[in-house]
Amino acid sequence: MLQNLLFGKLTLDAIPFDNPIIMGIGLPVMVIFALGFIIPVTYKKKWKYLWKEWITTVDHKKIGIMYIILAFVMLLRGFVDALMMRSQQALSVGDSMGYLPAHHFAEIFSAHGVIMIFFMAMPFMFGLLNLAVPLQIGTRDVAFPYLNSLSFWLTVAGALLVNISLVIGQFEAAGWLAYPPLSELAYSPGVGVDYYIWALQIAGVGSLLSGINFLVTILKLRCPGMTLFKMPIFTWTGLCASVLVILAFPILTVTLGLLFMDRYFGMHFFTAAAGGNAMMYVNLIWAWGHPEVYILILPAFGVFSEVTATFCKKTLFGYTSMVWATIAITFLSFIVWLHHFFTMGAGADVNAFFGIATMIIAVPTGVKIFNWLFTMYRGRIQFTTPMLYTIGFLVTFAVGGMTGVLMSIPGVDFQIHNSVFLVAHFHNVIIGGVVFGYFAGFIYWFPKAFGFKLNEKIGKWAFWFWLIGFYVAFMPLYVLGLKGMTRRLYHYSAATGWHPWLIVASMGSLIILIAVCLQILQVIVSIKNRNLPAYKDVTGDPWDARTLEWSTSSIPPFYNFAIIPQVEHRDDFWRKKQEIKAGHKPPAPEYKDIHMPRNTATGFIIAVFAGIFGFGMVWNIMWLVCLGIVGIFASVIIRSFDSNTDYYVTVDEIKKIEAEFLHGEVL
Amino acid sequence: MNKFRHILSISLITALTFLLSGCQFAMLNPKGIIATSEMHLLIDVTLLMLIIVIPVIILTFVIAWRYRASNKNAKYTPDHAHNTVVEIVCWSIPGIIILILSTITWISTHKLDPYKPLDTKSKPLIIQVVSLDWRWLFIYPKQHIATINYINIPVNQQVKFVITADSPMNSIEMPQLAGQIYAMPGMQTKLHFMANEIGHYRGFAANYTGDGFANMVFWVRADDKQEFNKWVKDKQHSPHKLTMAAYNELSKPSKNSKRQYFSLPEDNLFNKIIMKYKKPAPHLTMTSHNIKVTDR
Repeated sequence: MLQNLLFGKLTLDAIPFDNPIIMGIGLPVMVIFALGFIIPVTYKKKWKYLWKEWITTVDHKKIGIMYIILAFVMLLRGFVDALMMRSQQALSVGDSMGYLPAHHFAEIFSAHGVIMIFFMAMPFMFGLLNLAVPLQIGTRDVAFPYLNSLSFWLTVAGALLVNISLVIGQFEAAGWLAYPPLSELAYSPGVGVDYYIWALQIAGVGSLLSGINFLVTILKLRCPGMTLFKMPIFTWTGLCASVLVILAFPILTVTLGLLFMDRYFGMHFFTAAAGGNAMMYVNLIWAWGHPEVYILILPAFGVFSEVTATFCKKTLFGYTSMVWATIAITFLSFIVWLHHFFTMGAGADVNAFFGIATMIIAVPTGVKIFNWLFTMYRGRIQFTTPMLYTIGFLVTFAVGGMTGVLMSIPGVDFQIHNSVFLVAHFHNVIIGGVVFGYFAGFIYWFPKAFGFKLNEKIGKWAFWFWLIGFYVAFMPLYVLGLKGMTRRLYHYSAATGWHPWLIVASMGSLIILIAVCLQILQVIVSIKNRNLPAYKDVTGDPWDARTLEWSTSSIPPFYNFAIIPQVEHRDDFWRKKQEIKAGHKPPAPEYKDIHMPRNTATGFIIAVFAGIFGFGMVWNIMWLVCLGIVGIFASVIIRSFDSNTDYYVTVDEIKKIEAEFLHGEVL
Repeated sequence: MNKFRHILSISLITALTFLLSGCQFAMLNPKGIIATSEMHLLIDVTLLMLIIVIPVIILTFVIAWRYRASNKNAKYTPDHAHNTVVEIVCWSIPGIIILILSTITWISTHKLDPYKPLDTKSKPLIIQVVSLDWRWLFIYPKQHIATINYINIPVNQQVKFVITADSPMNSIEMPQLAGQIYAMPGMQTKLHFMANEIGHYRGFAANYTGDGFANMVFWVRADDKQEFNKWVKDKQHSPHKLTMAAYNELSKPSKNSKRQYFSLPEDNLFNKIIMKYKKPAPHLTMTSHNIKVTDR
C-alpha cells in the first residue's frame, strides 16, 4: 500500500539487471557521459557560470547552441541504435539468432526512430533557426525570449525521459509511431508506450511553442526595409516550417492524448475492440507525421540556398520561384498524408487522389533543384565542406525523390510499402536532405556562433565518409526491398538470399561510424586551435557571405546589432560591401539605448517539473504527478508577477562593448 | 593501369555472382497477373523519371566542375539571378513529367484496385485470411478446410482473399503474386489475385505485430486444378477439426510457425472472429487474449 503510494508501479524489477547490453554497455556509457560533463564543470568551478550564462539564458544564440549540442548527443544515441540493428540483421540469419532477442530489437528500432526524429532532427532544426533567423532578419532576439528558453528545456525533459527508459523500465516496442492496437494496453502492457507518450507530449509542447515563437519573430521583428520578399531564403523556410509546426503539432498532442486515455482510463478510441478504430490513429498520426517531414526538410532547403549563393559567389537564382516553391510545398504537405497507408483499403479514387497530390510535390522540389543548379551555373564555386554537402545532397536527393515518387503510385506502393525499400527511401531523403543540410548549416554558421571556423580538412573527410557510408548502407536496402524483405525483422531464413546484402549494409553503417568519429575529431581539433589565424574569425564575415548575420561580429554581442540595420535590397549586406569597396563611407554609428530581456530560470524550472510530471505519469506515482502540476502552475504564476523582466543597455556600455568586439570595421 | 582495371573487373564480376547467385528478386520475378502489372508499372515509372534524374545528376557534376573557383576561364556572372524563360522551363519540365505520371497513376490505381475482381471468366476461389499472433490462418469456407501458414491455390483461377485479424494490425503480402493489404481486427479487407504459373511462392506479414512477427511467413502452392482438388479432399479428411475450442487455442500467442491442416465443422468462423470485436465494452476484459469466441 505504502509502496504503491510512494512508487506507483515502479519496483526494482523495472531495472533490467539481467540485460548485459543495457547494464554492461548502455548504462556505463551514459554514466561516463554524465561524469565527463559533471567532473570538469565541478573541478573548474563552472556551475555558477553554467547557471548564469547558459541554463537561465534567454539569448537565442546560446539557446541555439544548446539545441545543437542536444541534437548531437541524441544523434550519437540514435546512431548506436542503428549500429545495433544493422549488426543484428547481419548476424541473425538461419540458425544464428544474432545477439538481440525480438523484443529488445523492437525497442531499439522504435527508439531509433523516435530519437532521430524528435530529439535529433527537431532540436537541430530549432538550433539552426535560433542561431541564424534573428540575425538574418536584423533583430536582437526572438519575439518571446523566455518562451524560447522554456521550449528548449521542455525538449530536454522529453529527451531525458526517453533515455531514462533505457535503465528504468523499458521503451516502447511498437515502432516509432506506436500504431495501435499494438500500442494499446492489451498488447503493450508495459510502461514503454507511456514513456513514449509523455516524452513526446512534453517535447511536442516545446516544439509547438517554438513554432509560434518563430512565426511571430519573423512576421513582427524584421528590421526596417526588410519586406517578406527581401528575407533570406533560410528565414523563409523557417517561416514555412513554423506554420507547419503550429498546424501539425496540435494534432500529435491530441492523438497521443487519446492514446493516453485509452491506456489509462480504459477508453476505446483506438482499441481493437468495443468500437475503437485504429485506422483513426493512423490517419491522425500521419496528418501530423507528413507535415513533420517537411518541417525538417524545408529549413535544410533553406540552408542549401544560403550555402550555394555564398560559396558560388553569386546571387541566388530565381528567388521568387524559390519562395513560391517553398509555399507550395508547405501547402501540399498537408494533403498527402494518406500515402502512408494506401494499403489500408481505401478506394481507388481516394488512393489515386493522394498519390497524385504527393507526386505534385515533386514539381516545386524539382524547381528548387534547378534553381540551385542555375545558381552554381556561371558562378565561382568554392568547394568548402558546406558546399560539398550541398552537391552531395543534389545528387542523393534526386535519387531519393525518385523513389519517393515511385512509392506515391498506389500500385507500386502495394508491393514496397513496409519493405526495407521504404526504409531506404526515407533514409535517402532524411540523411541526403535533412542531415546533410543541417551539417552544412552547422559548419556554415559555426564561426558565427563560436568565433572560429571548423577544420575544413577533417570536415571534408567526414563528408566523404558520410556520403559513401550512406550509399553503402542504404542502396542494399533498396535491393532487398525488391527482393521482398519487409522492415523490422530481427531474424530471417538463409534461403531468402538477403544475407550478403545485409552484410554490405552493416559495412556502410561502419563507414558512417568513421564519419561520426571524424566529426567529433573535427570539433576537438578546431577547439584546440581556435586562436590560430586560420581558424579565428575576426571579421565577422569569414565566408564573404551575403546576408545580415554576417554584418555583425563573430561571436555577435548579446544584443546582436548595436544599431538595427536598415535594408533596401535582398542580400543587402553584399551590396553594402560592394559599395564600401567602391569607396562609399558608411555613416558614423549613432547609438541608442538597447532594450533587452533579462535571463530567467523559469523555463528551466518548469521543464524540471514537466519532467517530474511525465515520470510520475509513466509509473502512476500520484504524488510526483501532483508535484509536477503544482510546480508548473506555481512557476507560471510567480513569473507572471515578475515585472523585472527587461532592462536597458546604455549608450556608454554599447560603446565599450562595440570597441571590444572590434565591431564597425566592416560596416 | 591495365592491370588495375583487370583486377577491378574480376572482383566486380565475383562480387556480382556472389550477391546474385541463388536468390531471386521477388518483385521483379512475378508469377501472377497483378504482380506482373505492378512490376511493369514500377519499371515504366522508374524509366520515365530517369529521363529527368540522370540529366540532373550529370548536370550537377558538370556544373560543379566547370564553374569551380579555380577555373578562371569559365564565364562568371555574379548578379545573374533571374531569367523568365529559364524559370518557366524549370517549372514546366517537372510539371509535364508529373502530368504524365498522374495519368498513369489514375489509370493504374483503378486497374490495380485490390477490391476489384479480376477480368477473368473463372469464378473466384474465396479464402478467408486471419492474422493471428503470430501465424496466418486461412479458411476455405466452401471447401470446409482451414490451414496454418500454407495455402494451395489452383493456377490460372482468380483468388479472392477476405482478410481480418485477431491480433494487432497486420498486412499480408505475397510479392510474386500481389501487393499487400492490411489485416485489421474487427474489419475486413479484400484482395484479388491470380497465379499464372505452378510453383511455391513466399508470403509474409508486413506490418509489425510484436515479438513473433519475423516468423509469420507462409507459402503459397499454385497447382493445377486436379492437384488442387486432390489436396482439398485430402485435407477435408484431416483428423484435426477447427472447432471453436480449437480456434481459441490457436489464437493464443505462439511463435510456432509450423504448417497445420484442419477440416472445418464450423460454418461461420470468420464472421464470428470479426464480430467478437464488435461487442460493447462490458463483455471485454482489458487483455484481448482473454476474449473468447462464444458460440451463440
